[in-house]
Amino acid sequence: MSQSYDRGTVEDFGRWRSFTAGMWAWLFHKFTGWVLIGYLFTHIAVLSTAITGEAAYNNTIVGLESLAIVRLLEVGLLAVAVFHILNGVRLLFIDLGKGLEAQEESFYASLVITGAITIASVPTFVSGVF
Amino acid sequence: MAEHYSSFDRSGTKWLLQRVTAAFLVVVLAFHFFLLHFVNHAADVTFAGTSARMSTWTYFSLMVLFLLAATFHGVNGVHNAIVHRDGIDGWKQTAVTAVLVVASLIMVVQGLRTALVWTNLF
Repeated sequence: MSQSYDRGTVEDFGRWRSFTAGMWAWLFHKFTGWVLIGYLFTHIAVLSTAITGEAAYNNTIVGLESLAIVRLLEVGLLAVAVFHILNGVRLLFIDLGKGLEAQEESFYASLVITGAITIASVPTFVSGVF
Repeated sequence: MAEHYSSFDRSGTKWLLQRVTAAFLVVVLAFHFFLLHFVNHAADVTFAGTSARMSTWTYFSLMVLFLLAATFHGVNGVHNAIVHRDGIDGWKQTAVTAVLVVASLIMVVQGLRTALVWTNLF
């Protein structure tokens, strides 16, 4: 059975210096979650140009993908999504009672794998725009 | 020290659905990214190509489930972050819930409208 206690406000300025790995994992998961749900609304809005016609959709995609800033933001989105996925798997295992004793190591592994996948993906994402 | 550290109320249907949709999204979000950024480059995505994919029952149903699961998982996560962690209640909680429900409905309806433009299944 869970116990509850007064955690204070994690977002309080200055408290980050005393964060443990689990608190960073919680904060990163929350931040990446906000980014992903924000992006989902944006994504559906962009895709909705298809409703107005084939040309509008194709022009929107070509126009956006020709912008270097969009390609860089896509790399950022990949990093956010990969971390949220990997840390999400970590949380699912912890919820199932597996891996709690290695929760710090699994958080660090999530970070390292996210970094590796993101860096390896940069050439694919920016090809043809620079 | 608490045994468990989470914004979520570990009971009820919403708690379970958040986990079930998480397990689904882990696979489908990775597939979505891989298909539309690595197999097909995002810059090469066209209406015709999307339409061809959306005209197969497997892909169409997967994308509709993806939309529903992502909307629930994301909006429920926001709801938990605002209502449970920040501890608001009363009319503020009702207002937050109402805004999130309306936003979800708009996104699902708009997503389905877009999906129906692409598919020739109906």
